[in-house]
Amino acid sequence: MYTRKFKSLLTASIAVAILGSVTLLSCNSGGSGTGTGKADSTSNGDENTVMGAGSTFDNPLFSKMFSEYNKLNGLKVNYQSIGSGGGILQLTNKTVDFGASDAPLNGKQDSGMTAPAVHIPVTAGAVVISYNLPEVKDTLKLTPEILAEIFLGKITKWNDAKIAKANAGIKLPATGIIVAHRSDGSGTTNIFTTYLGKVNEEWNTKVGKGSSVNWPVGLGGKGNEGVAGSIKQTPGAIGYVELAYAIQNNMAYAKMQNKAGNFITPSIASVTAAANITIPADTKVSLTNTEAADGYPISGLSWVLLYKEQKYNNRTLDKTTKIVKLVWWMTHEGQQFSAALNYAPLSPAAVTAGETILKSITYDGKPILQ
Amino acid sequence: MNTSSLDNTLITRNEDALRVISLTEAAAVPKATKREKHTYRQIGSERNFRRTLTAIGAAMIALVLGIFITLIIESIPSIKSLGIGYLWGKTWDPVRDIYGAYPFLIGTLLTSFLALFISIPFSFAVAIFLGEYYPTGWLPNLLKNTVELIAAVPSVIYGFWGLAVLVPIVRSFENKIGIEPAGIGIFTSSLILAVMIIPYAASLGRSMIQMVPSNLKEAAYSLGATRWEVIRSVSLPYVKSGLFAGVLLSLGRALGETMAVTMVIGNTSLIPKNIFAPGNTMASVIANEFTEADHPVYLSALIELGLVLFLVTFVINLIGKKVIQRYTNE
Repeated sequence: MYTRKFKSLLTASIAVAILGSVTLLSCNSGGSGTGTGKADSTSNGDENTVMGAGSTFDNPLFSKMFSEYNKLNGLKVNYQSIGSGGGILQLTNKTVDFGASDAPLNGKQDSGMTAPAVHIPVTAGAVVISYNLPEVKDTLKLTPEILAEIFLGKITKWNDAKIAKANAGIKLPATGIIVAHRSDGSGTTNIFTTYLGKVNEEWNTKVGKGSSVNWPVGLGGKGNEGVAGSIKQTPGAIGYVELAYAIQNNMAYAKMQNKAGNFITPSIASVTAAANITIPADTKVSLTNTEAADGYPISGLSWVLLYKEQKYNNRTLDKTTKIVKLVWWMTHEGQQFSAALNYAPLSPAAVTAGETILKSITYDGKPILQ
Repeated sequence: MNTSSLDNTLITRNEDALRVISLTEAAAVPKATKREKHTYRQIGSERNFRRTLTAIGAAMIALVLGIFITLIIESIPSIKSLGIGYLWGKTWDPVRDIYGAYPFLIGTLLTSFLALFISIPFSFAVAIFLGEYYPTGWLPNLLKNTVELIAAVPSVIYGFWGLAVLVPIVRSFENKIGIEPAGIGIFTSSLILAVMIIPYAASLGRSMIQMVPSNLKEAAYSLGATRWEVIRSVSLPYVKSGLFAGVLLSLGRALGETMAVTMVIGNTSLIPKNIFAPGNTMASVIANEFTEADHPVYLSALIELGLVLFLVTFVINLIGKKVIQRYTNE
């Protein structure tokens, strides 16, 4: 009797398991459709709370901006720094009001959305090449060719003729080069690999660009701190980290030769300069290998993503106006907080491009900002 | 009363004897006494307790099956586009949407088994020391608690310790034997894992060794066996299935460990050339790349990696169970 009862319970539990996982899955995919009840409640729940998700790179700056904005206007912004990819996914599922990403939407992400989304540049960042050569006191100079060949595994010694040629007068040790890169998917990697793909054809065909790639050589570290740890501990190591992280941790970083042929020290000013180029109407531009003569070549914009049509999930005009005004403030008054946190303020060209896009955002077909 | 002439013991349903209550008024059940009420309540709570246990047990089965089914369903896009070749594909290239689990499968098995081999001498030594030589006293107690504390330390702490202490030591060792002195790699992560899994086999082994009947040991002593001979020929053979179960538990922990490994393994998708080379494990790849997996097949390939890990763990456990069964039946 009990065995039979147990068997039926077992069957029931299997049925529950199947049902449970199937409903959960269908819920997941349904989210991208018309919007589920859960999404409704998120955006409807509190008129004075805005939900955002995305880039971890933006997080320190956003925290400062949102707390300042809260003091001014009392608007609460709940930002989850779960990574650019996650932010885009949440925006696609309409569970957040805005996303933030270090890379513009790619074709697949764009087609995954039910409505067109727009990109508004909010800040700029740079990736610096940091190294550990205790014997070398001067700042190392690197050309795009050297950098690409190091990361392709072709240059393996620090006293290689090519490095020596670019650094005349510096005595380079015969240490082997140990490459360090990010192991987690990240916007930093995206900027760095986009740059290498632009300056080196072999990199472009063999490795390509992306937030994680198939590295030909090197050790992976998790996060900026992981890469920085590998560099600091290993003599002869070279790797890339965010500019802000390198400045805060007093790391040695190299001067990079830009497209105009100048060796540029990465700094807030040279990153802002990199963004002072003609920005296309959709702002989906990569600043890597910038044309600007005094711009640092491994820089990139970071964007806030919004739906062009803000009327969805029963959102009110009042709330959507608050969201658009918040982003407007971030690209204007909010920029004053950038420098203190080692972010590069937007260039005038980027701000103007952002203004045009913000004005084109509509509620029920009518522009929100007049 | 006899008129009904029913014999209670003869009426059964589903093989269980039923108590038959006559419907005549004379035989109506008198009002239940306090004592009877108490008995009924006891029976009731007994039944409820059993039902609760069954429900919780069934929930566990539902949970594991649910995870398994979810993994399969979410892996479908990847299975469709990559096929079975996913398992031995040697390239993991998110840019070109080519995914192969082979380097990570190798990395997972290599780190786990290497860690197991390093940890076994230590865990068995601790088990024998505490189980056979000094079962009581302040020093053995301290040792016992310390070993158990090892299991309670969060794995991220091991990661930090590995990065700050172990990596420089391994690096100078690598310098001496003349290979690329990176310090991080398969070997370093195996060392960390070995430390982390010692307590599982040690604790189980200790309690098993303590349960060896003393008359067996005394018999051996009376025949003139030395302590070492008693351990080797009496205690260890008696508890071998228990020791093996502890090893299996350790292996399970090693296979799934993520954080400490990812911090010291070097995270590269290349197939490790030797045990000092950097590599990667399945759990570590998932933890690293899941947040930024920005296209459907990529995400699905990562989930399929989870499915492979699930199956590998399952198969290893199954083999372990069979081995334990064989030892026990002997």
